[in-house]
Amino acid sequence: MFDLSSREFWTVVHGLVLGTAFLLLFGGGLAGLWSLRAGHLTTAGVQERMHRLVVGMWVMAAIAWATVITGTWIVYPWYREELAESGANEFAGCADAILPTTTCSPRDFLRSNVSGDTASWHTFGMEWKEHIAWAAPFLVTAVAFIVAYYGPRIIQRPWLRTVTIVMLVGGFAAALVGGLYGAFLNKIAPIA
Amino acid sequence: MNATERGDRIVDAPELEPLHLEDRVDGPAAAVMMSAGIGILVLGLLTLLSEASVPVHDFLEKFELGLGVGPLSGKTLLASAGFLVSWAVLGTLMRHQEVDLRRWFWIAFTLGVLGAVLTFPPVFQAFAAD
Repeated sequence: MFDLSSREFWTVVHGLVLGTAFLLLFGGGLAGLWSLRAGHLTTAGVQERMHRLVVGMWVMAAIAWATVITGTWIVYPWYREELAESGANEFAGCADAILPTTTCSPRDFLRSNVSGDTASWHTFGMEWKEHIAWAAPFLVTAVAFIVAYYGPRIIQRPWLRTVTIVMLVGGFAAALVGGLYGAFLNKIAPIA
Repeated sequence: MNATERGDRIVDAPELEPLHLEDRVDGPAAAVMMSAGIGILVLGLLTLLSEASVPVHDFLEKFELGLGVGPLSGKTLLASAGFLVSWAVLGTLMRHQEVDLRRWFWIAFTLGVLGAVLTFPPVFQAFAAD
């Protein structure tokens, strides 16, 4: 009951748990930043909202770092394992496979095209995802710092508020590329 | 020169008056914006160089600590170092400085966009070594 391998566990932690938390925090953070406009809040409302926004942004930054670190250093090595025997064709273990196996890693499965035209999922999807996702923690950390540093003063500076939102959306877009391709890749060539 | 003098519009917010907030210089914000741009640019440049040069690819692979991450280990560790170290240096140097935040943002934005473009597979794969 509730059998879950270590690989499945970390894949879920990386993509579903951390990814979902990031998505939820992005929605809250964007709404919080958007509403930081003069005349929209009371003094008490500003104080309450800023505290929540600062905490939320730092948590979001921590989650962004946790997502890319678990993805790169825990899950990704399983995706790109070299399972072919030394000297053999690198795709020999993938013959007739319909999913990755103990002799055919997800990367080799996709590149071998043994189950349809799948190579571009690796050469485009994975190659883009594994790199661009790392922009997310840089941008969201910068946003968290700016929100914490200026605090309610952002309300008085519409341009600063706008560029902070631009950076947050940029971080989210980078994470979205990673998340979407991760979901598709795990469907087509699951790590198991 | 403060934000108003640089043309950055400051709007009245009576709800903030009871908080008695002191002005903040823009140096620390400029530093973190630039550092994010630098981090993304380092990531993009290393992605391109890893594809174009076998020695760079092999060098970046040495950061994987035996975990099988491959050259992505070096790219991401060095890009993270680029972000964190530049933030520490710029943040320290600029912590009391009033700067033109708009100029710093647009430079950082340009670096970030360039770095992001370099991580796009059709771009970096066009430079693949034979």
